Amino acid sequence: MGRTLAEKVWDDHVVRRAEGEPDLLFIDLHLLHEVTSPQAFDGLRQAGRPVRRLDLTIATEDHNTPTLDIDKPIADPVSRAQLETLRKNCAEFGVRLHSLGDVEQGVVHVVGPQLGLTQPGTTVVCGDSHTSTHGAFGALAFGIGTSQVEHVLATQTLPLARPKTMAITVDGELPEDVTAKDLILAIITKIGTGGGQGYILEYRGSAIEKLSMEARMTICNMSIEAGARAGMIAPDETTFAYIEGRDHAPKGEDWDAAVAYWKTLRSDDDAVFDAEVVIDAASLAPFVTWGTNPGQGAPLSAAVPDPASYEDASERLAAEKALEYMGLTAGQPLRDIRVDTVFVGSCTNGRIEDLRAAASIVEGRKVADGVRMLVVPGSARVGLQAVSEGLDLVFKEAGAEWRHAGCSMCLGMNPDQLAPGERSASTSNRNFEGRQGKGGRTHLVSPQVAAATAVLGHLASPADLSDADVRTPAGVR
Amino acid sequence: MEAFTKHTGRAVPLRRSNVDTDQIIPAHWLKKVTRDGFEDGLFEAWRKDPSFVLNRPERAGATVLVAGPDFGTGSSREHAVWALQNYGFKAVISSRFADIFRGNSLKNGLLTVVLEQGVVDELWELIEKDPQAEVTVDLESREVRAEGITAPFELDENARWRLLNGLDDISITLQNEADISAYEAGRPSYKPRTVQV
Ligand code: SF4
Repeated sequence: MGRTLAEKVWDDHVVRRAEGEPDLLFIDLHLLHEVTSPQAFDGLRQAGRPVRRLDLTIATEDHNTPTLDIDKPIADPVSRAQLETLRKNCAEFGVRLHSLGDVEQGVVHVVGPQLGLTQPGTTVVCGDSHTSTHGAFGALAFGIGTSQVEHVLATQTLPLARPKTMAITVDGELPEDVTAKDLILAIITKIGTGGGQGYILEYRGSAIEKLSMEARMTICNMSIEAGARAGMIAPDETTFAYIEGRDHAPKGEDWDAAVAYWKTLRSDDDAVFDAEVVIDAASLAPFVTWGTNPGQGAPLSAAVPDPASYEDASERLAAEKALEYMGLTAGQPLRDIRVDTVFVGSCTNGRIEDLRAAASIVEGRKVADGVRMLVVPGSARVGLQAVSEGLDLVFKEAGAEWRHAGCSMCLGMNPDQLAPGERSASTSNRNFEGRQGKGGRTHLVSPQVAAATAVLGHLASPADLSDADVRTPAGVR
Repeated sequence: MEAFTKHTGRAVPLRRSNVDTDQIIPAHWLKKVTRDGFEDGLFEAWRKDPSFVLNRPERAGATVLVAGPDFGTGSSREHAVWALQNYGFKAVISSRFADIFRGNSLKNGLLTVVLEQGVVDELWELIEKDPQAEVTVDLESREVRAEGITAPFELDENARWRLLNGLDDISITLQNEADISAYEAGRPSYKPRTVQV
């Protein structure tokens, strides 16, 4: 019987398999950041253990880093202590670290691919649930807990039980203005936030094959929001072209050997998945969330749903609670929802293509009066690239704030937060209560919808903009 | 990890069900960078109430927590286990634990014992009547013993073996060092490296 992509990568990393025990898997790449690593280093220190493979380990600072005045000391003592602890640990154990101010600093899931470290057929782990992002390259990538971080540091392996596999097949053409973000939000709404539990998802089909690498990362990034262990996409020419020439891409003969291997990484025709979901790309539209989990979403053209319309009692209750928290009423058109803040950034949508997409929409237009638009590149390098293309100027001229790289308002561990009751359209991945600041209300959107929303002041897609919006002074709509 | 063979100590009755990890250790404690020092965060909200069972002088120094059903639901934070251990608990008894919490507890050497609610009720009665009553959790014989109570409990062989020998996952994996080295030796040269060593 044939094997799925996930099974092939899994099998290639089994260090030891024994009856009645989980498989011991080798880890090719371990990414670290300041929040989930301190206790792991502490554990190593207490046991007198070194980091087994410094050459497969890399750290960056992202969750706590400020996006303004990065040359000044960090004001919040707790954030400062976490960053200083990471610096101390990396220096003591010899781990490569990209600190705030370094050109390779940024959100850990943007940094790995950008350096060419994330490659097809590798196992990638990080103490962060959105590690699923790296699956876009055909890597088996998942988030781990602090004990597991210590385990990987000490042994470069993890004992794991093999998850089941689910195929999500998306065929057809995505309509104009419908992006990878809309697609993954629609998938999560369809299968639910627990729908992927226990599975590795494999996204496949003609619509997926047509996506750029960055769009594929957006999809895999949010696999975790469907409850999945990981998300994967089979590598192809798009993948190889993205990796080639990057700092850590294989070179010369190694490149040829790598590509030959990578080409074997696809699910066999006779492979059997434990579950399968099929989606017609042409049926999709720009998608936004109205509730407090990523599965509470709807097409932008729809209205806020009526909780009474849910047959399932717990879903009904969840919808009722969500509407109360979000300050919304059933039947209200989603397009009428006004926002205070627009956030473009995060490991979901903080890469250069996302910034280009948002910039192309605000270019020559103005951010609506009373709306604050924050643009935070996913990494320092993405920021530099954007500056070299003049995107920072486009944003600034439109009245948006151009910031330094980091997680920023995705989770508000740094000063970038919503005030209680404030409402955002955000390109990030979680609309949980209080995620972007205590009492803050989050609508998850694509970069295109975020930009159009910033211009009009209410949830909107680029199609809602007219030429009249161009060069309109702020405050006049 | 410290080996767990048998432990005898005084116990605390926690007559509450569905104690979630936010109640065990509130989120703002997660910014700490160590595995210790969480004792003051344990049940922080409830401890503000002087009559809360943990605050009573006769419970000082107790090492066994006897809790209601569905203990440890909620987030996956390991800090919940560390907080219980930092406070001094060696074992927690309940009729049902949340999966992730239970996994985390056994990984860290905190023995979580599942007993039928009827037995938990008996234990509650005993330790409420006599705060000095001692409870023994014996992993070798897989038994909980206290005055007038002898209750067997189950634990899967693999987890039990690891606890009895004080083997954390890392020490177990390192016993397979030869397998890891052999795997490493066979890795292709095109695999990515973060630094040259
Ligand atoms: S950008 Fe958001 S989701 Fe991504 S790693 Fe940072 S906090 Fe997590």
